[in-house]
Amino acid sequence: MAETKAPVERPLSPHLLIYRWPLPMAMSIAHRITGCGLYFGTLLVAWWLIAAAAGPNPYSSVAAFMSSFFGRLILFGYTWALLHHMLGGIRHLIWDTGHGFTASEREWLSLATGVASVSLTLILWVLGYLIMGGSH
Amino acid sequence: MAAGKMSTPLARVRGLGAAKSGTEHFWRQRLTAVANVPLTIAFVLIVVSLLGRNHAAAAQILGSPLVAIVMLLFIASITTHMRIGMQVVIEDYVHDEPAKLILHMLNTFFTLAVALASGYGILKLSFGVFGV
Repeated sequence: MAETKAPVERPLSPHLLIYRWPLPMAMSIAHRITGCGLYFGTLLVAWWLIAAAAGPNPYSSVAAFMSSFFGRLILFGYTWALLHHMLGGIRHLIWDTGHGFTASEREWLSLATGVASVSLTLILWVLGYLIMGGSH
Repeated sequence: MAAGKMSTPLARVRGLGAAKSGTEHFWRQRLTAVANVPLTIAFVLIVVSLLGRNHAAAAQILGSPLVAIVMLLFIASITTHMRIGMQVVIEDYVHDEPAKLILHMLNTFFTLAVALASGYGILKLSFGVFGV
């Protein structure tokens, strides 16, 4: 360590701030976040069911909230979280069997989870608006 | 005790046999995950079928035996699943013992309350208050 050498161009270790997130890592984090979101999202399901059991007036209050912009936004997020967590769960179940662990399979499965959850959410919402006949 | 202060925890439990319950949560989380897939699809279809309907129609559909049973299974499976899931999240991020204990209790209270409230709603509809 006596003499100072000229700095050598070496690859730097991946610092957290400049580290490109690998897709499976991003999907793993998304799986946990959507799981936590769904945890509290079940309050909406419980509220809706209780209101349905309580009678027409409480039910229309829930329906009014769900029809508002804020309600729609929450429902849209809930739909995506539900589908994303379900598809991510299926991916984890595949991994539990010991399959799908090569680099390309990991990437493919993670990408498929994201693409499919967004696509299915949009399809469901288009379907929903078609069912309601554009009246809402 | 034959094993003194210098022994590892492993040495102290060696020979006592397995606890027989180490994989209980691991397995239950996967069991409910498998159940959640068809039940979630069914739940989404039920919600879609109720879109735009008034209370009387929604109550009748939700209270019909098949829909009510599927909804009850859905609620039972997801609340079991989310209780274990949130327990893992708490264990991962909360390392202060009293806070962890309180959060574990709140987790159990919350998931049981959601399960019972939802189940109560479904059963009340199903037992014909607004149905027939």
